[in-house]
Amino acid sequence: MQRFANPGRFLRLADAVMPWAAIAATALILLGLYLGLCVAPADYQQGDTVRIMYVHVPAAWMALSGYVFIAVVSAVALVWRHPLAHLVAKAASPLGAAFTFLALVTGSLWGKPTWGTWWVWDGRLTSVLVLFFLYLGHMALYGAFDDERRGQKAAAILALVGAVNLPIIKFSVDWWTTLHQPASVFRLEGPTIDPQMLWPLLVTALGFMAYFLALVLLRAKQEVLSQRARALALLSAGG
Amino acid sequence: MKALLALLRRELLLLWRQRGEPLIAVAFFLLAALVFAFGAGPDAVLLQRIAPGVLWVSALFAVVLSLERIFEADLADGALDQLALSLPLPLVVAVKALVHWLGSGFLLLLAAPLVALAYDLAWPLWSTLLLTLLLGTPSLSLIGTVVAATALGARRGGVLIPLLALPLSLPVLILGVTAIDATAVDIDADAHLLLLGAALLFALPLSLVAAPAALRQALEAG
Repeated sequence: MQRFANPGRFLRLADAVMPWAAIAATALILLGLYLGLCVAPADYQQGDTVRIMYVHVPAAWMALSGYVFIAVVSAVALVWRHPLAHLVAKAASPLGAAFTFLALVTGSLWGKPTWGTWWVWDGRLTSVLVLFFLYLGHMALYGAFDDERRGQKAAAILALVGAVNLPIIKFSVDWWTTLHQPASVFRLEGPTIDPQMLWPLLVTALGFMAYFLALVLLRAKQEVLSQRARALALLSAGG
Repeated sequence: MKALLALLRRELLLLWRQRGEPLIAVAFFLLAALVFAFGAGPDAVLLQRIAPGVLWVSALFAVVLSLERIFEADLADGALDQLALSLPLPLVVAVKALVHWLGSGFLLLLAAPLVALAYDLAWPLWSTLLLTLLLGTPSLSLIGTVVAATALGARRGGVLIPLLALPLSLPVLILGVTAIDATAVDIDADAHLLLLGAALLFALPLSLVAAPAALRQALEAG
């Protein structure tokens, strides 16, 4: 774990991985969209509207796993006093929030033709909205202190406390039974979704993950460099 | 043990000497409930139906707005450093949360019947209402101490704390309101109340771990 605390090593690693992640993201998202929009069949009830799913569901997965990612990184940062992990958490937060927003918007656009309304106060929708506010709180707390290191640690603790809410989000499907269809991919008996529809979902999800990875690395790298620039500016001002 | 009792005495004394602040929170609670009535219109049937939600949301707002003062003064005058030296931080947090509850949730429990009367809440719901507030508001105080500790020393803490605390408090709010609504349609609310109790038992260890960690960092930074 400490190996990556060295900013120089992290920067070299980021430079090596980032282009590949970016290429993989572009290729997989394009392939996933092609499979979802052109190859996969229309739903027998919902028609072509079902194709929103190929963006909506991977975005929702990313919304959730983005927060888990931040929580894990925050735990690493707190336990090993890992300065880079804090920067990675900061880099990931707006990305996760963006995926959550995307999931909410596409869900709303999907809800209008199928349920006849833009928004339903159902457990899962509401929990994702709460998740969005958790991201906003994380970002706000991170930047709320004059001393950035204090903000980093406070935000890390908040992320861990917020991660406690994640099980509630996941299982709220079963707690409140409403219009939202039950989970149909992650089930013990295996997915109930047709493979033709499952593939574009998985490909797009992988593409989103690669995109997330590439941007987290880019943003963390930018944070490291701007810290370095600030330190140099301080040095030259003091010297 | 002596230090613990001294802290408890000090906090209770402070609560009593600064009793204006908790009373403002109660006034805010009553005013918020009034504002909801103005928002919904004078339709008695509608008001009676939304009463549980109005009561709980107003209580939640009143509690959340009073969180900022839990640690602020103690950090500013150095008392927090002193407390950290003389007592384990989890105990400090526990006392702080308890006294905060006495100055917010407990008073709201006493003021809630006024709102219930004004909204003409049906009689059978009163006991459930008071039980949910009794079980739910301590969780709010516990979650609140965590948030207050993480945001301690932040710029614009006044708007930041509600932004952090409201999403985390949502499960308690939902359980509280649904318990009363369940009683309203003659469903046994025991399951909801048990879940509220579970939330409390969950919030207790969580806050006694998370809030001290946040406090330690606030002290290190200060």
